[in-house]
Amino acid sequence: MEGDIALGMKYIGAGLACFGMIGAAIGVGNIFGSFLDGALRNPSAASQQTGNLFVGAALAEALGLFAFVVAMLLLFAA
Amino acid sequence: MNQFFGGAAANDPISQFKIKSLLDIDVAGFQLDFTNSTFWMVVGVFLTLAFFGVAASRKALVPSRLQSVGELGYTFIADMIRGISGEEGLKFFPLVFTIFFFILSANLVGMLPFAFTTTSHVAVTATLAVMVISIVIGYGFYKNGLGFLNLFAPPLGDMHPIAKFVLYALLIPIELISFLARPLTLALRLFANMLAGHIILKLFAGFAVMMASAGGLLIFGAVVSFLAGATINALEFLVAFLQAFVFAILTVIYLNDALHPSH
Repeated sequence: MEGDIALGMKYIGAGLACFGMIGAAIGVGNIFGSFLDGALRNPSAASQQTGNLFVGAALAEALGLFAFVVAMLLLFAA
Repeated sequence: MNQFFGGAAANDPISQFKIKSLLDIDVAGFQLDFTNSTFWMVVGVFLTLAFFGVAASRKALVPSRLQSVGELGYTFIADMIRGISGEEGLKFFPLVFTIFFFILSANLVGMLPFAFTTTSHVAVTATLAVMVISIVIGYGFYKNGLGFLNLFAPPLGDMHPIAKFVLYALLIPIELISFLARPLTLALRLFANMLAGHIILKLFAGFAVMMASAGGLLIFGAVVSFLAGATINALEFLVAFLQAFVFAILTVIYLNDALHPSH
């Protein structure tokens, strides 16, 4: 019985950990939105900024992936 | 765990990451088995070598199709390094080129059905990340001596000593933490992206099979799930390339810190 509750709590915890991805989604969306915003105003400068775009997206995305890793750790390692 | 994802072991989205030993090798008490991970790593490296071997074999002035692709890969990495750290950074070209194509081949080979994705294991990605950061630290101290520590305490110029002290007290811990987080994020980004992508692929494929075997109206669900899985498969090819690119470009950015530590 107690083991069942602990198991359920584990799944609830993993689900809660996924809320961290909301922040990453907002961040990545912001980056690509702002990039398109600027790129459509000045298309000739856009191609030089794709490197920065992907680095920024990767840095923002990594934080969401930490949430994913925590969820996976809770499910399979804890 | 199986009952959580429903069905038999074959539907378990995690079991695809299981490492199996193909050849038991024991060296002085250390277990150095030739695993499926090693095998697919070798396949990826062999394919890369074969590709560039064939692409660079003719060295024609008017390049063949394959040679154009090879040159494209070369200039892609070279331009990236030049853009970030100038001509000086080109001495790291072999390292960055190798890292990029190693990760790209591992990611792409992992997209083959029944293949094993070596980069979905944190042991592999952490090894790469620690290697990169070790080179950054080692080369930084070799080239700049203790001036490399300017990375953590950038010169502030003319300023009141107390203001300087307060700023440094804030700045140095932040810079230190962000530097120490680099290998962690570098390793986890690649690992988690590949892991998450392959879990999602397996989940959608599992849904399609489960709903198709249930029959009735659920057949439509199976079709939708199959199409979604196919779309995500296409997305995964993009991610495979993108993550290799991101790893390479971050490697260059971190190496640039070793080349020019005072921001």
